[in-house]
Amino acid sequence: MAKGKVLLEVKGLRAAVAGNQILNGVDLAIRDGEVHAIMGPNGSGKSTLAQVLAGHPAYTVLAGTAKYDGKDLLAMKPEERARAGVFLAFQYPVEIRGITNSYFLRSALNALRRERGEPELDPIDFLQFLEQKLKAIGWDDTMMNRPVNEGFSGGEKKRNEILQLAVLEPHLAILDETDSGLDIDALKTVAETVNKLRSPNRAFLIVTHYQRLLNYITPDVVHVLADGRIVKSGGPELAHELEAKGYDWLRDAAMVS
Amino acid sequence: MVAVERIVGSYNAWAGNGASQAPDWLKDIRSGAIARFQSLGFPTMKQEAWRFTSVAPIAEGSFELAKHPTRVLTLDDLRQFLLFEAGYRLVFLDGFFQPSLSTPFFDDVQSLGHVLSHRPDLVREHIGKYASTGDQPFSALNTAFVNEGAFVHVPAKATIAEPVQLLFLASGDNPVVTHPRNLVVLEREARASIVETYASLGTGAYWTNSVTEIVVGDGARVDYHRVQRESERAYHVATTQTHQGRDSTVHLHTVAFGASLARHDIGAVMAGPGGTLILNGLYLLAGQQHADHHTTIDHAADHCASHEYFNGVLDEKSRGVFTGRIIVRPGAQKTDSKQTNNNLLLSTDAHADSQPQLEIYADDVKCTHGSTVGPLDPRALFYLRSRGVGEAEARRLLTYGFAAEILGRMDVAPLRAELDRVVRERLGE
Repeated sequence: MAKGKVLLEVKGLRAAVAGNQILNGVDLAIRDGEVHAIMGPNGSGKSTLAQVLAGHPAYTVLAGTAKYDGKDLLAMKPEERARAGVFLAFQYPVEIRGITNSYFLRSALNALRRERGEPELDPIDFLQFLEQKLKAIGWDDTMMNRPVNEGFSGGEKKRNEILQLAVLEPHLAILDETDSGLDIDALKTVAETVNKLRSPNRAFLIVTHYQRLLNYITPDVVHVLADGRIVKSGGPELAHELEAKGYDWLRDAAMVS
Repeated sequence: MVAVERIVGSYNAWAGNGASQAPDWLKDIRSGAIARFQSLGFPTMKQEAWRFTSVAPIAEGSFELAKHPTRVLTLDDLRQFLLFEAGYRLVFLDGFFQPSLSTPFFDDVQSLGHVLSHRPDLVREHIGKYASTGDQPFSALNTAFVNEGAFVHVPAKATIAEPVQLLFLASGDNPVVTHPRNLVVLEREARASIVETYASLGTGAYWTNSVTEIVVGDGARVDYHRVQRESERAYHVATTQTHQGRDSTVHLHTVAFGASLARHDIGAVMAGPGGTLILNGLYLLAGQQHADHHTTIDHAADHCASHEYFNGVLDEKSRGVFTGRIIVRPGAQKTDSKQTNNNLLLSTDAHADSQPQLEIYADDVKCTHGSTVGPLDPRALFYLRSRGVGEAEARRLLTYGFAAEILGRMDVAPLRAELDRVVRERLGE
């Protein structure tokens, strides 16, 4: 596959939350259409990286840059990032009382369509559009009339994130431990949906603690994050090596370097 | 006590004049109630049940008993408050029944005044048997002036197909007081849906002091909706008391948008086993509005379920008070009781008080309660923004959701749509 242009370029990113520096200089470049996996032990900063890229206001960027599609990503508000095509599938999706899934999704989609100068979808058009997306994750519309994530099981919440991904059709999709807490069937469904959504116009950054998900989604690049920086990058085989050897050898390497 | 004496004086004048033709049993109820009010006086903030709410503006307000309005209303005047033109409805202006605007049904959906003169036996059997006057001065005062209001009676196994609309309008241009008294009786296995609305044609200060008693027979079901959209300067004091028989169902929905000071005492007695109660309330306040909801659910029988949900949305300098008392009597085993009260503070000057009070005297029961007071959840705000929804819109959406959660439990579609419209309007859409 011909290499696409660089979509996201992160350089020397340092970030803190609640006064604790978590990212200690992350460098990362993702090209159009590529799937990158970020692995690493607990506390290595994987989720922080995902949150910082999506613009969570609780995280403070201390140094570094992130260029997305030629723009200064770190200067953009979370909603501006979303409208520019950045999507974060949350590790812990939030419950929103009183707002149905369908209403929420349509509000989000229309916010993006407004940005792109496309006409907004009314509820009827939206339902038609939604139907095919629902099929992909094996849902009917019963989940659509329930408040967002309220009373959803862990697996349902994660599927709901993937549904949003399918509906919002982002340019850069960041999956923050979407696989954690999923049984094998749900994991396969999520992986299949992601695979279907792979396209030359869509890059993925898949944050995961386990190699398991990567049995179903073959990444182009695997990075290992330890102590807030990427200590090793490689092809899909790196994931298997990590599964076999664990993270300790890399953590030691990070300490040495 | 000047205020109390003044009110007793107006009672004496009224009782000796317009109300003098009442049957003796009714006169006895009234005179007993005014004596009770006289001894109780207006509540003070030293009393536990009133510690967050001062009724001084009411006591000092010199409200005159409302006189028969000179204004003649047309259907057009009502249209903005009516949900639909079909079905039975009873319309009152300043407490007086408006027959030309109403669509009663014999003695079953009728003004209380009419039923009192034609079928007093129907009223006598129930009135005053449920709403306590013993320690409730406002309920006692309303009872002293029992005269007019809505009467709904659904015979055994009968169903009223369309929701019944009870509309209490205030002229809103005079400092008057009305004491609407409503009695709703569903006999065994009867079914009805009712919408009781308080609204104003004007913007002035007046005082509404209503009492509604709802008696639900064995196996009967009522969906009762109460909408309070009084003028912003009004004072609204209300008592709603339900009494449920065996295997009956009550869905009681209440929405408070209006009044500068509102106090609503809601009491529910689950007197027979197997009853179900949903108590679902919303208060949406701004400016200096103060609304106090005081609910008491009395599990007097076994195997009953009560689910209570109250959400408050408080903006600017408003204040919401919620007290949720749940009593599980000895022997009320297998009670399933759930209470939640969530308060959303949209401004740092807004304030909410939330107090659950559980009194459980049975051992095999399930009782849960939870309450929250706070601003919008920053995690939810970020979640929406991360999906492309702008911050202002995200705030509005989350706030709307707080209200929509309550409105979504209502079954009457035109009512839900109208309340949804009002909520959106209040949130600046």
